[in-house]
Amino acid sequence: MDVVHVPGEDRGRVVLYALSTCGWCAKTKQLLTDLGVEFSYLYVDRVDPAEFDQALEEVERWNPRGSFPTLVINDEHVIVGFQEDAIREALHAK
Amino acid sequence: MPNDIPDEEVDRLYTELDAEAEAGGYHLNPDREFTRGLVCGLLVNRDRYGYIACPCRLATGRREDDLDIICPCDYRDPDLAEYGACYCALYVSADVKTGKREAEPVPERRPPRPERKKMREERESTSAAPSTLAYPVWRCRVCGYLCARNAPPEICPICRVPRERFERFM
Ligand code: SF4
Repeated sequence: MDVVHVPGEDRGRVVLYALSTCGWCAKTKQLLTDLGVEFSYLYVDRVDPAEFDQALEEVERWNPRGSFPTLVINDEHVIVGFQEDAIREALHAK
Repeated sequence: MPNDIPDEEVDRLYTELDAEAEAGGYHLNPDREFTRGLVCGLLVNRDRYGYIACPCRLATGRREDDLDIICPCDYRDPDLAEYGACYCALYVSADVKTGKREAEPVPERRPPRPERKKMREERESTSAAPSTLAYPVWRCRVCGYLCARNAPPEICPICRVPRERFERFM
């Protein structure tokens, strides 16, 4: 799967599951970029068809609705949707 | 957005959707840049899947599984009523458009996969149930329009979605 790594300040393991076509996903990705934190993202709508089920199951493990954006911090803290305040707080970036 | 859809194509669909929305009493989000991004997403999905699947949801490419999220989705109208915007915020209510009310973040209303499967099975079994009515009653799953006739209309006269979006109501 084409996970893209964005270098930045280390605030823990930050993984964003997103769709390349979604406005809220774009805003979330932009926020992470603006905050300058290190993160990885995966455009789930662009994964190879052979890996589609695996990718979706991975998202559903964190967020049973399988909706986007799903942001996972340190393999435990999950933020669903573009929740700017919650994201800033979780990344200690007020 | 990193998708190579020509600007003119985005503008064309934008104008089309805007005219259609206004004619039906719906409104596109006045934030033009944001809305253009979503329209571009619709076009990307049209190229990918052959239909304009919701840009903010993951489509499977199997039309029967994605039917509820072909734009306008089955969830638009309840979200407009409750939050003033659809899930993607492509459509907003009149109050939001005129600035009388702020759109709220919209939580995902579409049920998770296992529930969707169950609902579909139930729907398929009810539409097969015998009825004592002179005509079956059909309901548009997008806007709720009802009609009693042998088959649903080709296009919903209210919200313009095709026949496949109707379900047997009675
Ligand atoms: S109406 Fe539904 S499908 Fe269309 S953009 Fe809004 S949320 Fe997505």
